[in-house]
Amino acid sequence: MTRERSMVPEAEFRSYYGRPVIKAPIWHEPHMPTYLYLGGLSGVSSMMAVVAGFTGHHRLARTARIAAALGAATGAGLLAAELGRPERFLNMLRVFKPTSPMSVGSWILAAQGGLSAVAASSELTGILPVVGDAAVLATGVTGPLTATYTAVLVADTAVPAWHEAYRELPFLFAGSALASAGALGMLATPRAEAGPARAVAMIGAAMETVSGVVMERRLGPAGEPYRLGRAGYLMRSARALTAGGGLLAAVAGRSRTLTALSGLALTAGALCTRFGVLAAGRASAADPKYTVVPQRQRLDGERPG
Amino acid sequence: MTERMGFFTDTSVCIGCKACEVACKEWNQLPDDGFVFEATSYDNTGQLGASTWRHVAFIEQTRTVRMKGDEDAGVDRWLMSSDVCKHCTHAACLDVCPTGALFRTEFGTVVVQEDICNGCGYCVPACPFGVIDRREGDGRAWKCTMCYDRQRGGLEPACAKACPTDSIQFGPLDELRERAEDRLERLHADGRPEARLYGESPDDGVGGAGAFFLLLDEPEVYGLPPDPVVTTRDLPSMWRWAGAAALSVAGVVAVAFSGSFAGGIAGFRNGGRR
Repeated sequence: MTRERSMVPEAEFRSYYGRPVIKAPIWHEPHMPTYLYLGGLSGVSSMMAVVAGFTGHHRLARTARIAAALGAATGAGLLAAELGRPERFLNMLRVFKPTSPMSVGSWILAAQGGLSAVAASSELTGILPVVGDAAVLATGVTGPLTATYTAVLVADTAVPAWHEAYRELPFLFAGSALASAGALGMLATPRAEAGPARAVAMIGAAMETVSGVVMERRLGPAGEPYRLGRAGYLMRSARALTAGGGLLAAVAGRSRTLTALSGLALTAGALCTRFGVLAAGRASAADPKYTVVPQRQRLDGERPG
Repeated sequence: MTERMGFFTDTSVCIGCKACEVACKEWNQLPDDGFVFEATSYDNTGQLGASTWRHVAFIEQTRTVRMKGDEDAGVDRWLMSSDVCKHCTHAACLDVCPTGALFRTEFGTVVVQEDICNGCGYCVPACPFGVIDRREGDGRAWKCTMCYDRQRGGLEPACAKACPTDSIQFGPLDELRERAEDRLERLHADGRPEARLYGESPDDGVGGAGAFFLLLDEPEVYGLPPDPVVTTRDLPSMWRWAGAAALSVAGVVAVAFSGSFAGGIAGFRNGGRR
């Protein structure tokens, strides 16, 4: 089992004056990680809007529809600002390329943004309710994809801390998205209807925490960038805030203050997770050992004698 | 499509003159990188980037060699190597580009169309060799084109033209591979067992490089990855894991609302409108 072998040992390795082998992601902060958060928020909010509609949670459905539209619109705005040439955002839709998660993601986001905007507009104006309902139903498909495709987006790179984590990152992002949307639902809906949002937040917080732990454990030494420096600080903060917020949601009871605290902690935790993942990717690209040592071991392992 | 063209960079005859860097800059009208002294070697550009499409690495080494009379002696040597975009058979930059700005030319090379590039920067961390980069103040991604414009005019790329020692050779890839094998055998016969080819095999993680190298030490010594793999090789698996996560999102939301499905379709019809 190659996976059980230590990936990055203490051993010496050679490099070109310690220079990085690969280029670090150049995506800006706060644009990129905030987009990851908003995409998750929008995607799960849509899913909540669909199910809340079916189950008669009208206020929650309304909140979720608006959150989904705002999340997608703001996220798309951040992406446009992230591009060196924002006026060419539409260029993303000139082709559909299955080999590019960013191309696939652009179409998912365009669908999610358009549908959720229709759903929210219909909700707010009362115009064309059937169209609004159809749109929100369709976001039941685009929503979960919006919340998780971003994990493929970062994993489909040569950045070792991202690529090697491609199994866990979607669940980390999904958990984080559930916690985000649950938190907002909790904060913005009357208590009587917020029960399901609280449950979404709690399960999401658990999923986010568990997949983060599993990811770091399975990566072993290759997961070091998630534990060191700024990324380590962000990931630890994320875990404390998410786990704390999730537990608090479970015991908040009728207290408005506790509910608010829990919602804010979950939101901060989800943001920390996204900023932490970006920071870990940068750190893992900057140090040549994360690139060279596993590849060298792979080569030497295959070479008999 | 015409014959696949490529570079064979024989580092054993590189003299570190940087004529290739300069010729590339001049022909392609690339901006300077700032005047930096790295203080580690004679290398003042450091790495390939948006405005450095050929980069000469300088590696100073002291090694023990057996001299005449069976005495071991420490000998200093310089390794010099002109690095360039590998024009991979399976190019990660081309795969992940969301706009189709990167394309495969009729010469089998990989080129960015500057009028289409969006500046999304996805190709930058996708490249397993750290070649392509986004230029500050321009916002678009740039890299070696293997002088696409010169090739279309029947000329060889500027770097190969300028190389005084034929360290950089340009030609049909098949022919270059044969030439490289001959050169390798010759070096081995001359008592240079450390000589090895890098990037020439179509069986490697990127399907073979359109620009390959003869090296005198391990690739990582030159700042090259020892076993690069095109990241999109795992893409189907990545989508499956993301799909499972997406389904779990739907599942979690359904579970969270379980027990309150009584409203059903009728509830939904009024769902959006109180």
